[in-house]
Amino acid sequence: MNRGRRAFIVTGALGAAALAAGGWLRFGASARVDALLGDDARGIVRAMVPAFLAGALPDDAQRTQAIREATDAVSVAVAGLPREAQRELAQLFALLAFAPTRVAMTGLWSDWPHATTAEVDAVLVRWQTSRLSLLRSAYDGLHQLILAAWYGNPRAWAAIGYAGPPQLT
Amino acid sequence: MTDRRDPIREGLARGWRVIDARDIDHDPTYEADVAIVGTGAGGATVADILSAAGLRIILIEEGPLKSSSDFRMRESEAYPDLYQASAARKTRDKAINILQGRCVGGGTTVNWTSSFRTPPRTLAHWRDALGIEGYGTDDLAAWFARAEARLSIAPWTVAPNANNAALARGARALGIAHGTIRRNVSGCLNLGYCGMGCPTNAKQSMLVTTIPAALDQGALLLTRTRAQRLAWSGDRASSLECVALDRAGIAPGARRIHVRARTYVAAGGAINTPALLLRSGVPDPHGVVGRRTFLHPTVVSAALMPDAVDGYAGAPQSVYSDAFLDDVPFEGPIGYKIEAPPIHPILAAITLPGHGEAHARLMRELSHMQVLIALLRDGFHDESPGGTVHLAVDGTPVLDYPLREYLWDGVRRAFASMADIQFAAGARAVVPVHARGAAYVDAARTRTAIAGFALGPLVTPVVSAHVMGGCPLGPDAKHAAVDTGGRYHHLANLYVADGSLFPTSIGANPQLSIYAIAAKLASAWASEWRP
Repeated sequence: MNRGRRAFIVTGALGAAALAAGGWLRFGASARVDALLGDDARGIVRAMVPAFLAGALPDDAQRTQAIREATDAVSVAVAGLPREAQRELAQLFALLAFAPTRVAMTGLWSDWPHATTAEVDAVLVRWQTSRLSLLRSAYDGLHQLILAAWYGNPRAWAAIGYAGPPQLT
Repeated sequence: MTDRRDPIREGLARGWRVIDARDIDHDPTYEADVAIVGTGAGGATVADILSAAGLRIILIEEGPLKSSSDFRMRESEAYPDLYQASAARKTRDKAINILQGRCVGGGTTVNWTSSFRTPPRTLAHWRDALGIEGYGTDDLAAWFARAEARLSIAPWTVAPNANNAALARGARALGIAHGTIRRNVSGCLNLGYCGMGCPTNAKQSMLVTTIPAALDQGALLLTRTRAQRLAWSGDRASSLECVALDRAGIAPGARRIHVRARTYVAAGGAINTPALLLRSGVPDPHGVVGRRTFLHPTVVSAALMPDAVDGYAGAPQSVYSDAFLDDVPFEGPIGYKIEAPPIHPILAAITLPGHGEAHARLMRELSHMQVLIALLRDGFHDESPGGTVHLAVDGTPVLDYPLREYLWDGVRRAFASMADIQFAAGARAVVPVHARGAAYVDAARTRTAIAGFALGPLVTPVVSAHVMGGCPLGPDAKHAAVDTGGRYHHLANLYVADGSLFPTSIGANPQLSIYAIAAKLASAWASEWRP
């Protein structure tokens, strides 16, 4: 954790520069943006869902299914966004998937499938109030996508006391 | 017994001329007297009046035609189907999230029905500071009355839902002025899902009033059709080049549509109307197009109440307070209007800050949550020039709206006002919606915390549901895009009729202002352009 934190501080400026340069790392950014999330992006969302939704996801046998549904719903939501927003998201996911920029932006040495929920949570906490607006906007965008993906799902409603829309007879 | 009629499906069955551009297999040309871009409060009002006068109309809409049979009161369907960018349209720096309609009926299909006449002070400012004649309260009175009659706008006489009742209760306890909102509904069942399209057709949106009237008169409606560019030469627009959207209805597809008309009316709403003009490269010698775009930047305060609020049920907006607006001088700190929003799961989840256990704990209180919003009245002060519409590489609009210190000062005061009202209404805790905001249990502690907030973009969530300006009307081409007759200053046959006409924000929910001004303009056009 300490090592990751230090790496973030040391290389954070580099990552920000990469983002600010308007995405010199455009590789992969054009692939599949008009369809569903690519495998890398899906893996990142899949790793972030348990951190964003800690305390909201079911603990029982349905947990895996719930995480899959939330990830799928993010994928569907991205496919419904305007091209320009899709392009920006693809760029963000490309930066997060590429190890050097991932480390710079998150301090995570392990790749996304191997990051623990606690490690991802620590990344999100830093992003939320980072002095770099690009990291705050990454937090904000993923916050919106992932929380909407879960709370749009009727499976989420019982826990929050929402009975769903009324029946019209 | 619910009225399950669907006036749109009935109209289609009796032969309305509606073309979903995704279905065309060639590059057609359509001709009409008047081409209207946009089917919201402005475009549909104009279409109604001009088609009744016997003019041949083409309506061009980027969004889909959806109607009551499609409206299932589910956020996960409504936001992608009916809103710009799935209800996630952003300003350039992503700091403001904009709720804006993208469907037949535009914002009127998804708004929360709040109907205010343009505040007299706003109109007085337009006259006194901007030299705009013919738009005073007396000049517009008959046009407000016309729209109110047409759209069944009347005070909401049903008891407010608990979310709005708390605003009234808190304001009363503090001795703060407040009032009942007028709504454009007829036979409303008080369900609370106006923002997802009215499933019973009680909301008297453009979708069930002026658009059916225009289509009954023979107007042609093109849906999923993006108006790309006006061709023009000299002082006249000659054709409108449109593109059919792809199967998903999101990006341009392969087919082109040419629309030829004698006259063109831009009514795609603020942001999209200036963008169309910018893409077209129409003469704009003073660079006014797209500048001074206003949003009523809005901040949110959530409270936890001892009793159930069920803020997802019942008319979403029925009580307001102008206590921090009416007597606030334009030359001083910014004023704000206080209202209550609907509290549905997605809207609440994406608005409440943070994530993980803290966020989940708040969400578990959803049914006890009471929420207030403060809408800042932008555009009346030198420190509040609004935003500017630019074009992205692909020609789509990007709104650059810097949030200045003048606005953050208003945000801080608005947080304090809302918390005071919520505690006075009996809140057991208040959560000003801010990245570092927590749940505070009394008014004094909340005020101290708010005073210390480091407010800023993407730290303090700011939202908007009202886009205005960018093609302001006014007598002087140096400052206005459009003359007071609605005609673009530099082309003889290009007109504007939507919220982009406003030279400032309105200081109230804008739909009735758009209806009245569009009707006033179109009625004059109808007599000038009569075939």
